[in-house]
Amino acid sequence: MASMLEGSGLGLLKGMAMTFRHLFRRRITTQYPEQKLTLSKRFRGYTLVWDKERCTGCATCAKSCPQGNIEIVTSKGTENDYVVEKFQLDSGRCIFCGLCVESCPYDALFLGMEYERSSYRRGDLVLSRDKLLFTPDKQRSAYARPKLEPGLPRQTLLIEGDTGSKKR
Amino acid sequence: MDWWPLGNFWAHFAVFALAIIVFVLLMVMVFIWFERRAFGPFQMRWGPNRASPWGALQPVADAIKVLLKEDIVPAVADKWVHFIAPVVGFLPVLLIFAVVPFHDGHGLIPDMSIGILYVVAISALSVVGVFMAGWSSGNKYSLLGGMRVIAQMVSYEVPLVLSIISVVLVAGSLSMNEIVAAQEIPFFVLMPLGFLIFLIAAMAEINRGPFDLLEADSEIVAGFHIEYSGMKFAMFYLAEYGHALAMSAVAATLFFGGWRGPGDEYIGFLWFLLKVFFIFFLLIWARVTFPRLRVDHLMGFGWKFLFPLALMNVFVVAAEMIVWGEIDGGMPWWIVFINLPAALVLIYLWSRLFRFGGGRVGVNA
Amino acid sequence: MESMSSLSTDMELKTEPFVLNMGPQHPSTHGVFRMRVLLDGEVVVDLEPIFGYLHRGIEKLAETRTYTQVIPLTDRLLYLSSMACNHAYVRSVEKLAGIHVPERGEYIRVIMDELMRISSHLMAVGFFLNDLGCSVYTPLLYMYREREKILDMFEMVCGQRLTYNYMRVGGVSGDVPEEFMPVLKRFVAEMPHFIAEYEQLLAENEILLARTKGVGVLPRELAINASASGPVLRASGVKWDIRKADPYSVYDRFDFEVPIGQVGDNYDRYRVRIMEMHQSLRILEQAMRQFPAGEACAKLPQLLRPAVGEAYGRVETPQGEMGFYVVSDNSIAPYRMHIRPPALLNLTALKDMVVGWKVADVIATFGSIDIAMGEVDR
Repeated sequence: MASMLEGSGLGLLKGMAMTFRHLFRRRITTQYPEQKLTLSKRFRGYTLVWDKERCTGCATCAKSCPQGNIEIVTSKGTENDYVVEKFQLDSGRCIFCGLCVESCPYDALFLGMEYERSSYRRGDLVLSRDKLLFTPDKQRSAYARPKLEPGLPRQTLLIEGDTGSKKR
Repeated sequence: MDWWPLGNFWAHFAVFALAIIVFVLLMVMVFIWFERRAFGPFQMRWGPNRASPWGALQPVADAIKVLLKEDIVPAVADKWVHFIAPVVGFLPVLLIFAVVPFHDGHGLIPDMSIGILYVVAISALSVVGVFMAGWSSGNKYSLLGGMRVIAQMVSYEVPLVLSIISVVLVAGSLSMNEIVAAQEIPFFVLMPLGFLIFLIAAMAEINRGPFDLLEADSEIVAGFHIEYSGMKFAMFYLAEYGHALAMSAVAATLFFGGWRGPGDEYIGFLWFLLKVFFIFFLLIWARVTFPRLRVDHLMGFGWKFLFPLALMNVFVVAAEMIVWGEIDGGMPWWIVFINLPAALVLIYLWSRLFRFGGGRVGVNA
Repeated sequence: MESMSSLSTDMELKTEPFVLNMGPQHPSTHGVFRMRVLLDGEVVVDLEPIFGYLHRGIEKLAETRTYTQVIPLTDRLLYLSSMACNHAYVRSVEKLAGIHVPERGEYIRVIMDELMRISSHLMAVGFFLNDLGCSVYTPLLYMYREREKILDMFEMVCGQRLTYNYMRVGGVSGDVPEEFMPVLKRFVAEMPHFIAEYEQLLAENEILLARTKGVGVLPRELAINASASGPVLRASGVKWDIRKADPYSVYDRFDFEVPIGQVGDNYDRYRVRIMEMHQSLRILEQAMRQFPAGEACAKLPQLLRPAVGEAYGRVETPQGEMGFYVVSDNSIAPYRMHIRPPALLNLTALKDMVVGWKVADVIATFGSIDIAMGEVDR
């Protein structure tokens, strides 16, 4: 039967029925500035969060960066340690690969959870140590830091909404 | 026209000419908005919803944007033709509305005795503007688009006219208003095949949906208006949607009984609008679903499928008019039980015979 | 095939072929590809592909980066199937350094690869339909919906949605979180329904059939000689899939078929992709059932120094066989890296596929090959 009707325009009608059925489905888009999705717990976002207390200035992060993007200058401290004098990152060149966070042996570096990073000047994208410094109000991503994972909200998933599948 | 206070032909002319221009411009904006909003739910999204509630002012914002844009004329363009083309493209669209009856006997010249003939003649004119644009831009893409539009318009004019002939046969008049008056039963019920052919041919005629070969943004970028910007581009946009509006209006008049409907002496105009929007919705629906035809398929479909079907439709309708038309001065309602199966059978049988020709062409590189 | 009517008839209508530059700025050249097309009216007489507009020297850049730092570069090759590129690269480095990957890591890789395949094929079919002229993107937007679900999963495991940088030499960068498996299960359960919807929308569509059947045929012999791979090769009727022919990772443990086409036209390429999605779902189902516990990544030093030698590792990306040839001189960076690009090699046969067809078919055939300029130009 199907082969008999092939080429007689039935396929076109089937397609039209399909699109018509979508008219009554839930719209799946998000109205961005008003509605925002909750990001993944491991989101690799803007920008690095640097924990001054834990950093020893070993510069492993700088070495692991594929872009050569992390600038770190240290000087000898008083008690057999190093003082980080400069910790700078050009976030315009950062590709957010997360290799620096992964390589940090002291868990002193985290990725952030933000993604709105437009600015009017290119210079504003260069972030010095004050801007990267960890403060309690900065949300840190759990990327390569599984300990943070329980404290973060659950990711919004499209599949959990109604997208028109019969299997619910 | 007794109630008309001005009574004077020229006053009538001036008022309605102005009213039609305003109506077309406004409706084009509404159509653009309606189409973009309708695409939304078809694709599980919202469509424009930022400019004012429901995005109703989106076309206004677009219009302002496009008017403020720089007008660019390519160095190799034929300046005058390039300049005139949008006007030539848009003018026929406005002229079509002269004969469209918006309400019982109301319009610029709704009772024009050759109304539908006039529509066909005028609407074919806009192809000249499009081809002028395609040729004068001095761009190979736009030339391809211009060549395509000529072929397309010429071949789809034929089934379009033939399907109109079947309407005229039943209504017994060329005047748009009388065709409406003759529709005790809307003609799309009496002649489903004729309506289908008209709709498809009209889609091709206004270059929309699966027939947008002359624009074909994935192949020839934007076809004939690739080199247009600013106001001139807006004119083409206006012409495109104006043409869609005109064809929807003609289809509503010919097949859906125009202004007729319950209480049409008061709200006939609203019935007309409702029907126009319904037809336009069908056009949107087709556009949202189908991929584009190829140029040789387009010609094959027009000449080998639509044209014979339209001829058969004319014969069937003519035969029915001879047999039953004389009895009570019109087609009886039960004719639908003959015509609908006849339409399906004809489409099915002809689709067995019909094959897209033209595959690969041998070339000597 | 229709009769090959010659263009020059007795009527002798004098026409002159003209050159049309399609691209690099063209809406359907999938990036910055350029075709110099010789046209006779609407008919293509000759076609010359020109690429290199997106050349970034990835192979050379790799020589200045450590083995781990190269992984983000591979994301930028086939950017719609980055996971598979990651996999191809880490597999060749593992071969080079003789690293054993824990079983769980292999399973995660397979799951990611197959999700990537579904996502990439969705995009391939969607953009193919777009090139065919679904001028308001409806099929593409429906397919974006399912791709979005896959991207959500990728975001869950690695925090990014396009440049995943997920695979590491020796495994993957992080084990999957516990909420991943239920989501995957649900996706695998739902997906056949949506594929059926696409089928209803497209499979019998007369316009689509007329536009694709018999168009852009890549004959079997030419496909093999042009070194095509992936769906393009399989559509031409060659049963060649690296997952079967040279099983890597844990692919030998799954039961799946390799769908092939008969003719090698645009329609077959589109069908093969749809059928492969079903097979990918089968693999995902089995992988979920067999999913082992354990470590996701082998313990390795931060800086890899493989012994002097060379290795070629290949995987079946959604576009075809992607291989990385890596040479080591016992330093922390590859001495030389070369990429076997599936899309570029598939693209080389484009001229033979489209000569004699119309302009519209050039775009459609080009779309059916499914390329990403990031990988063609590298």
